[in-house]
Amino acid sequence: MISIPTPNPLRLERPLFLSRVPAGFPSPAEDYVEGALDLNEHLIAHREATFFVRVKGQSMTGAGIADGDLLVVDRSLEAGDGDIVVAVVDGELTVKRLWRRGGRVRLLAEHPGYAPIEFKDGQELTVWGVVTSIVRRMR
Amino acid sequence: MFALIDGNNFYVSCERVFDPKLDGRPVVVLSNNDGCVVARSQEVKALGVKMGVPWFQLRELAKKHGIVAKSSNYSLYGDMSARMMAVLGRYSPEQEVYSIDECFLGMDGFAHLDLAAYGQEIRARVRQWLGLPVCVGFGATKTLAKLANHVAKKRPEFGGVCDLAALSAAARDELLESIDVGEVWGVGYRGTPRLKSLGIDNVKALRDADPKWLRREFSVVLERTVAELNGTPCIDIEEAAPAKQQIMSSRAFGAYVYDLAGLEESVATYVGRAAEKLRRQGSLAGAVQVYIRTNPFKEGHPQYQRGLTVPLAEPADDTRLLVRAALLGLRRLFKPGYAYQKAGVMLMDLTDAQHTQAALFDTDRGNPALMRVMDRVNAYWGRGTLRLAAEGVDPHWRMRRGMMSPCYTTRWAELPRVS
Repeated sequence: MISIPTPNPLRLERPLFLSRVPAGFPSPAEDYVEGALDLNEHLIAHREATFFVRVKGQSMTGAGIADGDLLVVDRSLEAGDGDIVVAVVDGELTVKRLWRRGGRVRLLAEHPGYAPIEFKDGQELTVWGVVTSIVRRMR
Repeated sequence: MFALIDGNNFYVSCERVFDPKLDGRPVVVLSNNDGCVVARSQEVKALGVKMGVPWFQLRELAKKHGIVAKSSNYSLYGDMSARMMAVLGRYSPEQEVYSIDECFLGMDGFAHLDLAAYGQEIRARVRQWLGLPVCVGFGATKTLAKLANHVAKKRPEFGGVCDLAALSAAARDELLESIDVGEVWGVGYRGTPRLKSLGIDNVKALRDADPKWLRREFSVVLERTVAELNGTPCIDIEEAAPAKQQIMSSRAFGAYVYDLAGLEESVATYVGRAAEKLRRQGSLAGAVQVYIRTNPFKEGHPQYQRGLTVPLAEPADDTRLLVRAALLGLRRLFKPGYAYQKAGVMLMDLTDAQHTQAALFDTDRGNPALMRVMDRVNAYWGRGTLRLAAEGVDPHWRMRRGMMSPCYTTRWAELPRVS
């Protein structure tokens, strides 16, 4: 028996009201109840392969990713040129933009203070997952 | 046809997904209280470290080779396991989760496929989606699939996937002859020495042994195993795990406990955990067994060990009623003057909560609504967020887990950090 796990469920259980009126008219909206909106559905395409990570530092502010942001990372996607990815560099997880052209591969920061990371021949880039959304709480 | 898929060094692999620095380094995962080795990376196996070795005996070796030790992080392994099983479940309409890191898939109706290629697809998918390495074995029976998985794992030339049926008869015989009989599912440590003393020391010899004779000498179970080795399925896929008949919760303490108050807190905590499982499977307990013991390995210390079963007036699943019964038992058992090392509880005589018999006398039936709230709060905010005061505030007896990694996938505050 398998239940498909929700990675860190953003519980958005909204009760589905069906009017209970012992006498009188039923709610005219009752026929139009469709269920509820679930952010998981919106943000997560592959549940088992989706992980959340927390951003540390300023290296991606140019891409709209700030210190403390929560990123939704989908490991099932193939990373392509221009994707924002989580990659493994020197044993650490880092978030950068993937640049891949003509057999050359770079990880680009989006902040003037950070140099691009170049991958030479024989150096292999390990992409951990592709960033699909940014979640930021405003208060 | 069956497949068995098994995670390689599963606990270590889970740690490595979120801490890539551990890649290529020797890593062990330790049991509760950081006692013994329960998982080893390939590098540690290569150093000759056996399963179950106490960590303190490895200190020298660890220093010399830079072995990294991790406390077991079951929240992480459990979550990764659930994800892995969900991914694997898509590869067959029939799945049996056999343990935290392995499952059987029913492969009937897949004859048109190249199973080796299918196995590689499964491996690649689990590797990409979850970062976990797995091996895949195919066989005509569950016993053969298990064996094929062993081959896939131990023989690099198979590339992580082994389909026994795809080998020629001669190649298969040669392979089976090279595998120790103890590797066969269901033979295990107990059967192995006797089989070997009778000249059956490899898998081929067992497969070709006379089943009638084996049944006389050993058991009907071994006869069945031999039939399975010969390709006759005797054990079917079990999709739903049967509800447990007993629920145990016990732990060794992080530090010795001398007083009744400390034991009471620990017993109440274990009852709390067991009761949560009890409610999850929709059962009621008819009795609570409680036991305490000193450390039997501590020579020269006074030893004491006793257990007691307390029946309930009426089957219950309310933590408060179960704790009351367990503490009643504990107070009977407790003797001062001993250094207690372990306590445990077992919920017994379980019945289905849907079909209970009303009691003759009016007894306290507990408060199901309160228990539901407690379970939901604890599921969301973490175990023990809402608990009985009897479980204590900051218990000193709690487990030592000094080298635990964050709960990367189950706690908001502990998500992996990316720079």
